[in-house]
Amino acid sequence: MSEIHAHTVSFVRDSMLPPAPPPEKEAGVVKWMRANLFSGPVNTALTVIGVMIVWFLVSHFWDWFAHSVWHADSLGECRRIIAETWGEDARGACFGVIRERWNQYIFGFYPPHLYWRPTMAFGLMFVALTPMLFAESRQIRRVVLVVTAIVTLWAMVALNAPAGWLVFAAVVLIGGLALSEIRPSSLLVFSLLYPFLGVWWLWGGSLWGPIFVLVGPLLGWLAFRIIGRFSSILASIALIVVPVLFWIFLAGDAARDAENLLSLSITPVSSDRFGGFLLSITIGVAGIALSLPLGIILALARRSDMFLVKSLAVVFIEFIRGVPLISLLFVASLLLNYFLPPGVTFDIILRVIIMVTLFSAAYMAEVIRGGLAALPRGQYEAADALGLDYWKAQRLIVLPQALKISIPGIVSTFIGMFKDTTLVVFVGLYDPLKAMSDAVRANIAWKGIYWEPFIFVGAIFFIICFGMSRYSMYLERRLARDHR
Amino acid sequence: MTDFSAPAHAPFRLSMLIYDRRYRSMTFQVVVFILVMALAWWLINNTVRNLAVLGKDFNFGFLFQRAGYDIPQTPIPYSSDDTHLRAALVGVLNTLIVSILGCIAATVVGVIAGVARLSNNWLIARLMTVYVEIFRNIPLLLWILVILAIFTETLPPPNAYRGDDPAASMILFDSVALTNRYTAIPTLAMTNDPGGLDLGAQIVISWATVAFAVVLIGGWFARRGVQNHAQAVQDATGRRPATWWKSLAVMTVPSLLLIWFFGLHLEYPELRGFNFAGGLNVQNALVVLWLALTLYTGAFIAEIVRAGILAVSKGQSEAAFALGLRPRRTMSLVILPQALRVIIPPLISQYLNLTKNSSLAIAVGYMDLRGTLGGTTLNQTGRELESIVLMMLIYLVLCLLISAGMNLFNARVKLKER
Repeated sequence: MSEIHAHTVSFVRDSMLPPAPPPEKEAGVVKWMRANLFSGPVNTALTVIGVMIVWFLVSHFWDWFAHSVWHADSLGECRRIIAETWGEDARGACFGVIRERWNQYIFGFYPPHLYWRPTMAFGLMFVALTPMLFAESRQIRRVVLVVTAIVTLWAMVALNAPAGWLVFAAVVLIGGLALSEIRPSSLLVFSLLYPFLGVWWLWGGSLWGPIFVLVGPLLGWLAFRIIGRFSSILASIALIVVPVLFWIFLAGDAARDAENLLSLSITPVSSDRFGGFLLSITIGVAGIALSLPLGIILALARRSDMFLVKSLAVVFIEFIRGVPLISLLFVASLLLNYFLPPGVTFDIILRVIIMVTLFSAAYMAEVIRGGLAALPRGQYEAADALGLDYWKAQRLIVLPQALKISIPGIVSTFIGMFKDTTLVVFVGLYDPLKAMSDAVRANIAWKGIYWEPFIFVGAIFFIICFGMSRYSMYLERRLARDHR
Repeated sequence: MTDFSAPAHAPFRLSMLIYDRRYRSMTFQVVVFILVMALAWWLINNTVRNLAVLGKDFNFGFLFQRAGYDIPQTPIPYSSDDTHLRAALVGVLNTLIVSILGCIAATVVGVIAGVARLSNNWLIARLMTVYVEIFRNIPLLLWILVILAIFTETLPPPNAYRGDDPAASMILFDSVALTNRYTAIPTLAMTNDPGGLDLGAQIVISWATVAFAVVLIGGWFARRGVQNHAQAVQDATGRRPATWWKSLAVMTVPSLLLIWFFGLHLEYPELRGFNFAGGLNVQNALVVLWLALTLYTGAFIAEIVRAGILAVSKGQSEAAFALGLRPRRTMSLVILPQALRVIIPPLISQYLNLTKNSSLAIAVGYMDLRGTLGGTTLNQTGRELESIVLMMLIYLVLCLLISAGMNLFNARVKLKER
């Protein structure tokens, strides 16, 4: 056939044509824009509106950002520099306030020569968190710990930390890195000790106090083992009663005597010196660590078969969820004195932590209850069929799955609580947002400065909260066991 | 089935209270009960002793004493000679006003932003993502303070609107004037004022309001009547008579008649002397709080709406198209009912959050319940215990009422499952 063809047609192509490029309209940027911005009249109108919004924002704020001044001692000097550089009518941001006062936004009124202590506590927190948060992926563990070690040690050197503590931090950080390479679970010991050490580093004072608080459960466990030989009921009671009695009657004196024998004390810092993000993170971390277990217990109690336990949980949860956090903070600051024996009072930060914990535990309980309810009935029945008792069934089968389902809710409760730590300003603590900015503005040099502190503090909150929500997405992916 | 637990005739031993499953839960509950009662007794006992030490008592008599402080802008008549109870009532109403306005506006913002985030338009979707993430991840207090600063620092004073060539101009077709002290908005006015229904305690409800309420509710029932009639005709003959104009008529005509009868019109604010008059000068505390709550909660609602729409699988709309439903009917009969089922429960908790967050009025000085009962009254009378307990109870009741109402609504739209 081709031969015949060759006779009638003067030219026959014997090779394939190379593929032609798509038409101009169907390729590259043009196609993308046609598909995503101008696919129809409605879409085009929306694009125009969007461009107008962006243009409005840029035209209103760009010159302000572009004329930023970072080196100035007062707002007046800022304005002078802006007027000299960009002309009389120019306006600009005065980030000099951040440069000069960043330490107050981060540490509040914490003594400047002790800034290294909260810094070290914050850095070592990541070592304590490693076995819990980054347990599965060796690579992430390595990256997190190496970055933490470098940043923490650099910051401590920059903040003039004493050499001894520098060595200590280096040993813990590098030791933590080494242990996490070999056996990450062994770091759990450090995680258990960390809350006590953290409190000691932040508030200072004698180390004997935290040590004797730790001795309580140890004594309880000893009593449990000894009495357990005779009667297991009494042993269980002793496990709870012995530490409590020890804390109430002995721990205080013992700590004082031990301190007199061997002083293990660092400079104490009182709670009214706390402020800024140091305060927010302290309250936030303590609240997060305490509210999760409490929330789990409340959720289990609310799903319990026992009428009394269930009703108590319902009343508690609904009451807490029905009142604003501010009113609970007022209870902490004004009413707690009524509820304690006359003359007894304790630290305002601790009171606030308790209230914040109770508040977020109630929300946490509802989130976890959702997870428990979403679990198929078959899982509960399987646990029963295996002959597991209640706690074993919860621990091995129900909670791991229920908590996994509720991760997004749990993390958004954490985020909400961290944001709510700013409300402590209304009970007289120095939150980074309002109280610290008011304190900075009280100085005549920075009177009338509003936007720059808001941007600085807002950016830090955004980074932390956004990071938390991204971490929860990572966790969800990591824990996903279904193959989709 | 054989019962393998301890036989009933076994002698009772004390350890059975813990080891026998028949008794264990009872034992546990008794222990919990004793502990809770002990805790309650300890707290009450401490409170009684502390009150005795301070020479105070626990009674609510102070609520009936003269308040002696002023509240700017009250929804019901109030003066400093009124009682603390009335001040607290003003506070509750102010809380309700900002909460209801906030819930409505946040829903509008949230639905628009949530739908826009799913839009095919790349720019709009990105802009909405930025809005949602920024507002969700930064504390509400910061937004309140930022908006407050915008109002007090950048807006012109009322007298900037004066003169032939004023420095500032009103917005929205010359109907709203933003100033650094208040926001002047148009108000409703009547030429034939019918007077009002006195409910006692100086609370007066205008007959016009009553008439409109009656007409609207009546119109709603009449519309249902029209629909039922149409349904009956359709069942009997197979053809459905057109209802839209009848529904529209029964819903709007009586209201329009009332508007004409009462001479209802908008009265616009205008500058008289140094201040605006004629309209309503809304204090900026309310406007700032309302805007901040709206934008903040709107971001959360946007995520809820987006999740709700994404939760309806594509197969549902494809199936509806396969059945020959038109796009609008698909939306209203297939997608929306299923999306609402997912949307409404978290929406309820956002409304509750907004109501509770309105207590941040403390940051702008808006006199809500916290500002009156939990603020000035508390400070003046020194009765922390009574004030805070009462304030928490009122918030609790408000929240329970809102969630009860919304749960009723939820029960109506919920898909009926077997």
